[in-house]
Amino acid sequence: MKTETIELAGWGGTAPSVASVVDVTADELTSEGSLTALDPHGRGLIARGLGRSYGDPAQNGGGTVLRLQPGANPIHLDPATGTVTVDAALSLDTLLREIVPQGWFIPVTPGTRFVTVGGAVASDIHGKNHHADGSFGAHVERLTMLLADGSQRTITPTSDPDLWWATIGGMGLTGLITEATFRLIPIETVHCLVDNERIPNLDTLIEKMITGDHRYRYSVAWIDLVATGASLGRAVLSRGNHATLNELRSYVPKAAENPLVFDPPVFPDVPSGMPNVLNRTAVRAFNEFWYRKTPREHHGTESLSAFFHPLDMVGQWNRLYGRHGFLQYQLVVPFEAVETLRTIISKVSEAGHASFLAVLKRFGAESGGLLSFPTPGWTLTLDLPAGAAGLGPLLAACDDLVLGAGGRHYLAKDAYASPAIIRAGYPRLDEWKAIRSSVDPEGMWASDMARRLDLI
Amino acid sequence: MINAIHQPQTILVLGGTSDIARAIVRELESPALQQVILACRRPSEADLGGFGDHSSVVAVEFDATDFENHTQFIDGVASKYGDLDIVIQAFGQLGTEARDDPASAARLASVNYGGAVSSGLAVAECLKKQGHGTLIVLSSVAGIRTRPSNFIYGSSKAGQDAFATGLGHALHGTGVNVMTVRPGFVRSSMTTGLDEAPFSVDPEDVAVAVAKGLQRGSDVVWVPGLLRMVFGLLRYAPGFVWRKLDS
Repeated sequence: MKTETIELAGWGGTAPSVASVVDVTADELTSEGSLTALDPHGRGLIARGLGRSYGDPAQNGGGTVLRLQPGANPIHLDPATGTVTVDAALSLDTLLREIVPQGWFIPVTPGTRFVTVGGAVASDIHGKNHHADGSFGAHVERLTMLLADGSQRTITPTSDPDLWWATIGGMGLTGLITEATFRLIPIETVHCLVDNERIPNLDTLIEKMITGDHRYRYSVAWIDLVATGASLGRAVLSRGNHATLNELRSYVPKAAENPLVFDPPVFPDVPSGMPNVLNRTAVRAFNEFWYRKTPREHHGTESLSAFFHPLDMVGQWNRLYGRHGFLQYQLVVPFEAVETLRTIISKVSEAGHASFLAVLKRFGAESGGLLSFPTPGWTLTLDLPAGAAGLGPLLAACDDLVLGAGGRHYLAKDAYASPAIIRAGYPRLDEWKAIRSSVDPEGMWASDMARRLDLI
Repeated sequence: MINAIHQPQTILVLGGTSDIARAIVRELESPALQQVILACRRPSEADLGGFGDHSSVVAVEFDATDFENHTQFIDGVASKYGDLDIVIQAFGQLGTEARDDPASAARLASVNYGGAVSSGLAVAECLKKQGHGTLIVLSSVAGIRTRPSNFIYGSSKAGQDAFATGLGHALHGTGVNVMTVRPGFVRSSMTTGLDEAPFSVDPEDVAVAVAKGLQRGSDVVWVPGLLRMVFGLLRYAPGFVWRKLDS
């Protein structure tokens, strides 16, 4: 165990706080017996994985942050059942490098491999396949947790349904997830068969996604938010399925000779102290290029890493936003709220804040997590530079639209909301709070986000 | 906890009747703001209006010279209202007549400097415990080079300013920031009846500059910004020039 007092921020690099940060493995924590000694300041404890949440859920100003490290032998793959049991501190990157060559893939992957399994459960993350497969939590069978009283408990959805559904998407505030067992999906190759299409406007995009998404396991649309007027919502729609070995043979015979070699390249990090290079002009130019470079329709293969994790090729890409950082605003509104979606997109486009990344996707069924974000509907994700002028009124207007349509905001991305916004979006918040109090009556688990959003 | 776009949830104002501080609170208002605590000598007389409807505003009793109780006071506010995102140190006396009365001059120094040191240290300790927060200290250009016409006030502001900038450096790495605000002449209830100096501003101008400073993470904010250059020169102006400027 190594302890240091340092400043931590989320991936967006906004609103940091200083805490005692302890690097520790789950085994070391469990053998402690009591967690009280780790909380000398009485400000509580929170787990932190790889720090990829955008805001403040994995920081705990004045308190203790447990930066979990994987222990020895973190992966136990059971090929017979297609399940894997892993140390929750394990990154998806490490896990994929182990299981992909054996013909397995994770059931849900976010846009980066650099998150931990514990974080994936605590945020109940989703990927491009949510419309087909649901969120990460829907594939988990068993969790081992360290509870506030220092005890260890292994839970399943049937053994402890309350604690289970408070923990899936519970932002680490019900206890520390030390181990997770979840189902994998079999794959024959490390490639996907992908259809990329250039879509001229929002109406066509919505129409295409509604009528065609069911043919694909994975679907996501990148929207050019710089475009306005008749081109409002112009997009590149990217959809695909895992390529079978036979398909790969017919498309890329050479790649089919070694179909399961998985070794994604890792390029050097963006240096720290970088000024904000993602200004309006740069983003406008990039968006134009990205839109134009996509053929009107293209059908082909893409590697798993290129299809799922394109941003991972640029280490620490968040630094491109400079010292003021950025925030990611992710919302979901019901399917029928297309007009709300259009209003939000046009408001953001008109405001002229360069949004480098705007992504639209359709969500399928809820997982059941009381604080899980995904609910059937459209989810829109915007990256916005935190230093942009006029962001407050713009986001406040968007909040009203989202909540008015019966939507909500994603806690793992949030760095901005108020308690009222979260309360309005999550009608089961009080139920969650009651369960949390029953397993953590003294309030041992705490984070800056929990205090900011009045979750505890 | 302040959010990603620098909107605070909780603001404590030490000197809750200050026009400048109240303008800053209004400027920092957003749907994120939950609680405003106005600390002043006579809370029953404090005006709780004039703020938006998002937050709850309360007035509590605070005496800048009650040094013994400052720590207890600040900690009490934090334990009742939660983490303090922004604390504005805004109390002070102008006391232009004080030069004829050594005792009242010393009392002015005790409020403006002694009170700043005592409450500033208490705030710093409290914010350090929460690992984040910003102390905004309303200093004045009067403390950058003291004028013959108000050197007692000026000397107390000089002390407060030096204390604030030093405290900011001392707190580096703790998550706590100190912003020292140096306005020129501000048209407010404290200066009513006085002759305006060049570069006069309104409390709202100070508020806008402070909000911008929070966005930028500034340690020192001059209002108007031009005064930074002006005082860069005036500090070194020969004595006869300086006296002439004040007459």
